[in-house]
Amino acid sequence: MIRLLLIALALVTAPLSAQDTMPPAPYAYTQLEDPALEAKATELMSTLRCLKCQSQAINDSDAPMAGDMRHQVRTKILAGEEPEEIRAWLIDRYGDYVSYQPAVSSTTWPLFAIPVFLILIALFVLLRRLGKRRQEGAA
Amino acid sequence: MLAELGLAALWLATALAVLQIASGVMGLRGDAKGDALAIYARPAAVVQAFLAVLAFGLLLWAFAITDLSIKLVATNSHSMKPMLYKLTGTWGNHEGSMLLWVAVLALSGGLLAGLERRLPSKTMNATLAVQGFVALGFYAFLLLSSNPFERLPIPAVEGTGLNPLLQDIGLAIHPPTLYVGYVGLSVAFSLAMGALIAKQVTPDFAKVMRPWVLFAWVFLTLGITAGSYWAYYELGWGGWWFWDPVENSSLMPWLAATALLHSVSVLAARDALRTWTIMLGVLAFSMSMLGTFLVRSGVLTSVHAFAVDPERGSFILMLLGLYIGGALAIFAVRAGSISEGKRFSASSREGALVFNNVMLSAILAIVLLGTLYPLLTEAFDVRVSVGPPYFNPAGAIFAIPMFIVMAIGPLLRWKQDKPARLQFEISLIAAVAISIVSLVAILGDYSILAVLGLALAIALGIAALLPLRGRNIRRVPLATWGMIFAHFGVAVSLFGMASESAFTQERLAAVTPGSTEQLGDWNIELRSVDPIAGPNWTAVEARIAVSRGGGEPIIITPQARNFWAPAQATSESALVTRWDGQLYAVIGDQAADGRWQLRVWWKPFVTFIWYGGLLISLGGILSIIGRVRVDLKRRDAVRKGKERREDKAALSNAPQPEPAE
Repeated sequence: MIRLLLIALALVTAPLSAQDTMPPAPYAYTQLEDPALEAKATELMSTLRCLKCQSQAINDSDAPMAGDMRHQVRTKILAGEEPEEIRAWLIDRYGDYVSYQPAVSSTTWPLFAIPVFLILIALFVLLRRLGKRRQEGAA
Repeated sequence: MLAELGLAALWLATALAVLQIASGVMGLRGDAKGDALAIYARPAAVVQAFLAVLAFGLLLWAFAITDLSIKLVATNSHSMKPMLYKLTGTWGNHEGSMLLWVAVLALSGGLLAGLERRLPSKTMNATLAVQGFVALGFYAFLLLSSNPFERLPIPAVEGTGLNPLLQDIGLAIHPPTLYVGYVGLSVAFSLAMGALIAKQVTPDFAKVMRPWVLFAWVFLTLGITAGSYWAYYELGWGGWWFWDPVENSSLMPWLAATALLHSVSVLAARDALRTWTIMLGVLAFSMSMLGTFLVRSGVLTSVHAFAVDPERGSFILMLLGLYIGGALAIFAVRAGSISEGKRFSASSREGALVFNNVMLSAILAIVLLGTLYPLLTEAFDVRVSVGPPYFNPAGAIFAIPMFIVMAIGPLLRWKQDKPARLQFEISLIAAVAISIVSLVAILGDYSILAVLGLALAIALGIAALLPLRGRNIRRVPLATWGMIFAHFGVAVSLFGMASESAFTQERLAAVTPGSTEQLGDWNIELRSVDPIAGPNWTAVEARIAVSRGGGEPIIITPQARNFWAPAQATSESALVTRWDGQLYAVIGDQAADGRWQLRVWWKPFVTFIWYGGLLISLGGILSIIGRVRVDLKRRDAVRKGKERREDKAALSNAPQPEPAE
């Protein structure tokens, strides 16, 4: 029984490790020649999430998947695509989760509404605390 | 035997916490019987501190000798690990770190009980009761759901090992300092609740509370600074802050503690902002507990995993609800009985402090929102990412006005001031900021936030020194020096952050030994790549010669390590520190064609981020020393005065009238 389990485990892990040892795509760890294009790519990459890591952007990670995504981004930038097109393409593939750049949508609107609300609260608190004082001080 | 002793110590400490609560509550009755029972609260707290620290010491010992019959040691340690990492591994896991948490909690409660003699006894009793109540909850958590001393039925043959990312000196420094800060805030919480219950929210109470807040805040600052530098050199990509929920849960108590610190100073000096101070005291420790919940419940890895095994998480959540809810309830009942205190005008030092406390609270709210929102949506199966592109601008909305007011605030007088009096200072600060914005904007195309950050940092750096203008340097009180250092530290740190984000240069390349890369004015030559072995890892080590502007080359040796227990790869970056920045080099994998991946960054002034953090902490330390010294002097003077009066009374041998004091 245990042997069976071990074999099963080996079968499961073998393809995984094969994937890990696959050489990374060319642009995973290499910059684009043109500094302007590379800057564009870096800016985009720093706002894309590495799906396999915890809270890291794809240009902050050693995960193979992050490397593949860097390759995708650089290749597409090199082919002349605009960063926002690439972002849309990636969101289409992996969902909103891949992008750190928040966009107002039915699921994210509180992220934008609450800070506006906060500004109002802060103004209200300050006016109440400091504004009233001034009147009383003057009176 | 070791484990059983530790467990017994924890149970005894729990019993003492109950005694401490009962005795403290009795002391609130105010009659003779109550007073007779109240004397147990202090010793209970002190002995409890010894027991909790003893329990932690025993666990430390078990890790040191790798006692594999204890489940926690077997699952988190390994006999082949270097001694330092065996010891630090004690808190590199859930149970151990909670025990450290509880030990620090008990220790700060014991210190408070043992050292604090100035508070009225009613406030002190209420404070000790609250502190005991908080401790009791966490003892229960430890004993009922995360027992660190659990034995294995059959001792393990070998331990599983510690995550290699944690096998670093960073683990020795970062969690303990952070925990002292986190849990030190529990004293601020208990004191705030104690003063509220006893209705004695006075400047004297604030003077007692201030060193505790400062103390916790200094440790939080150091802990965050150390953690940030650790992540920076260990993760291998040069990032120093990721807005990761774990990082945010250390930042949130810091923001609240910073606000509390300033508020308590106003209360001590001016008898204003009473309810604010109490509220912030509750908020600061609430954020500590929230952080503990986020990190310790497993809710961050996945909300669903948390829902499947919610025992620990729901326990802490329950404690969180109990303590925060209870504190707010008491606050609601009692807030009416505390008047707001002395009044002041908007353009006064208090006014500036109130403004910045509101800004700090707003930043805290943004961080809280950005941290909790993804967890909330994930519970409804919608996954959203909130990261730097959200936190940076949303935080800056409040941080920018805060920095401006922070530059001017310390120059204002208490109670009421005319901004016209500061014409010279204000125009100097504004001129510096505006000229830097335009200078940087001419030089290149940088992000708005980075440019504003640079300008504000330099303006703030100058402004931080302005309170010294026209004063005799030797007669400036130590506490004022503390403020100057801390504010200057904020400027230094901000400068580092802005500079790193604006001017970092990056070079990623596939290289063969002998080839040379250029990065800015640095010349980087890969000499060789060799295999080496450590105590529990093997690695490839690159020898890289770097030289700046044609100068003498120096050899740096970044490594790519493979640990075997547990199996994991890490990259050990190599750093070259210069006064104006850091060169950061990492060696990656070998490609099929034999070339090595090399990553190099030049990060101008990145070190200022952490120097700033150290300066801020130093400011806090100076302030503590200054305050305590003044306090001791006053106590000494009071004692001498008393002695003199007694002497006089003895000499004249006649009945003396009561002193007016």
